[in-house]
Amino acid sequence: MLLQINNLRVSIEDKEILKGITLKLGEGEVVALMGPNGSGKSTLAQTLMGNPAYTVTDGNALFDSQKLFSLEANERSNLGLFLSFQYPSEVTGVTISNFLRLIYNKKNNTKISPAKFRTILKEKLSILEMPEDFMSRYLNEGFSGGEKKRMEMLQMLVLEPKLAVLDETDSGLDIDALKIVAKAVSYLRQEKGMAVLIITHYTRVLQYLEPDKVVIMRKGIIVKEGDSSLAQELEDKGYAPFGE
Amino acid sequence: MQDIKLNSNYKSKYGFNVKEDFVFKTPKGLNEDIVSQISAMKHEPEWMRELRLKAYSIFLSKPNPTWGGDLSKINYDDIYYYLKPADKEEKSWDDVPQGVKDTFERLGIPQAEREHLAGVKAQFDSEVIYGSLMAELEEQGVIFLGTDDALKKYPEIFEQYFGTVIPAADNKFAALNTAVWSGGSFVYIPKGIHVKRPLQAYFRINAMNMGQFERTLIIADEGSYAHYVEGCTAPVYSKDSLHSAVVEVIVKPGARFRYTTIQNWSNDVYNLVTKRARVEKNGVMEWVDGNLGSRLTMKYPSCYLVGEGAHGEVLSIAYAGKHQHQDAGAKMVHLAPNTSSTIISKSVSVLGGRSSYRGLVSVTPTANNAKCRVECDALILDAESASDTYPTMKIDNDTAQIEHEATVSKVGEEKLFYLMSRGLTEAEAMGLVVSGFIEPIVKELPLEYAVELNRLIELEMEGSVG
Repeated sequence: MLLQINNLRVSIEDKEILKGITLKLGEGEVVALMGPNGSGKSTLAQTLMGNPAYTVTDGNALFDSQKLFSLEANERSNLGLFLSFQYPSEVTGVTISNFLRLIYNKKNNTKISPAKFRTILKEKLSILEMPEDFMSRYLNEGFSGGEKKRMEMLQMLVLEPKLAVLDETDSGLDIDALKIVAKAVSYLRQEKGMAVLIITHYTRVLQYLEPDKVVIMRKGIIVKEGDSSLAQELEDKGYAPFGE
Repeated sequence: MQDIKLNSNYKSKYGFNVKEDFVFKTPKGLNEDIVSQISAMKHEPEWMRELRLKAYSIFLSKPNPTWGGDLSKINYDDIYYYLKPADKEEKSWDDVPQGVKDTFERLGIPQAEREHLAGVKAQFDSEVIYGSLMAELEEQGVIFLGTDDALKKYPEIFEQYFGTVIPAADNKFAALNTAVWSGGSFVYIPKGIHVKRPLQAYFRINAMNMGQFERTLIIADEGSYAHYVEGCTAPVYSKDSLHSAVVEVIVKPGARFRYTTIQNWSNDVYNLVTKRARVEKNGVMEWVDGNLGSRLTMKYPSCYLVGEGAHGEVLSIAYAGKHQHQDAGAKMVHLAPNTSSTIISKSVSVLGGRSSYRGLVSVTPTANNAKCRVECDALILDAESASDTYPTMKIDNDTAQIEHEATVSKVGEEKLFYLMSRGLTEAEAMGLVVSGFIEPIVKELPLEYAVELNRLIELEMEGSVG
């Protein structure tokens, strides 16, 4: 098992959001986590990555046999966990090229030159259909919603994680942008056997990234698990049959 | 690209001092005899001795300023005002005393010189010890000398300009500097000459409790261009130390001059500097000013825009750490029509440090169509630190266009978490946010200074988180 979450309870400012989540995800597996707004999907994503605003009150999680919750966010990243943020922060004055080279060097414990890194980056940019001059812009500053999502995918391609958690990476994207995101994810699945946890409201993205498993969450608990046909059932009937 | 070697340990790089080996040193404290003695030691003309004495009496008559930072701990009687470490300026590197060399070695000066420098004026304590001018500069007729030497070699030009931009009576510390000044640089760029590589100087305080009072005088003649760069680091001492420099720049019609300073004084230094440029018709003056370290810095580079179409710029960074107060800013005085100015000031406060922006923009009735833009941004890294702003506008002309923007921001947990999720430690994430914040100014610095500054920020961050 790549990721094993056992009876996880999480609070933010003393309000319990996750009320006992148990979830497994194998190497190279694709799991879709679906549910209406406020069901705790993003809380799960943020908690897995280690956002200090969320407090784990019970349960545990193992990632690649390591206890996740005793590690800082950067240590989790080093283990191969990646989160595509729903709302990425803007960092002024830090160019994308410098930032990406920094995280690439940290991840691979190396110190490659800007010129060499540019070659590495070229291929990744072409997957995302991003122009090279984009790299001189400041990280996420003044980006449109779609640009931010692509920027998250670019970081994923640079870090090549074992597991990518995509927190509503599909929302707000037009069909062309969605295809590009799917292309980036598929690329790493094929090349590196990356596992994916897709958090989404919509079944649309699942046409491009076929899940091995679909999990439905409501009000902090998992109410149903099934294969990819469950997504179709959701699409037809909505969340109502999976309530309470 | 060239690799710049940096030591990883801040203390060993910046906190050392080599053995003092002085030829002459005045006793602690100051009186008329000591002022005269300094002048005599330097074999100065009578007018300079008289000017020093007059300045000394002005210094005595003025109280410490009550605004800015806390100056009450300065004990003027407990300071050495003049030290002379060697007899004359050295011509070649081989002649430089070993102790001095060691200091420069650790500062990386010899390498820097080989690679980049057009000329070195490295000040060791109160005298210029080592200076070399490349043939290129000499051919162009550029004068780049220690100020003491310039007084001997070019007395006419010296007397014509010295103290004209910043008279002794300007403020208490300008008076003190005029009374006891020693060292500093003298630069003259002839008409129409463009100096391509930056002129560089390094300053360093290396004797316990000694004041450093360098005096720099720069004349950029009509249509000329040059960039002067100075960098400072200082060893760590427990007792208070005073640095009070005066920098005068005269920008003649159509000339353009840039003066870049990166200062990193040790935490016990009072850094009270007066910097001012007089900018004539269509001239351009740019001050790029980075203030790190010191106990208290009070520094407000200024431009007196006296000629039509003159332009002034100040780009400044202040970094206030533990027990530090950076009171920095800029002054723009518009005295002629169609003059313009820009002030961009960025400050970072951390570990209880305090940074203040203090600025003055003045537009006189004769300065029609003046334009000025002021932008001051503060970044506060923790709850103990503070930042404040004192912008003064004296606009006596209806045609003036003045813009003022100020922002204060904090580094949010969300941003740090975002960066850490990409594999950066908390200190690295914080360092990245800080370097990004000051980037608009850092990109104006020569490469080796930019690298050095970013490295300093990283080291500071390592010490300031968890």
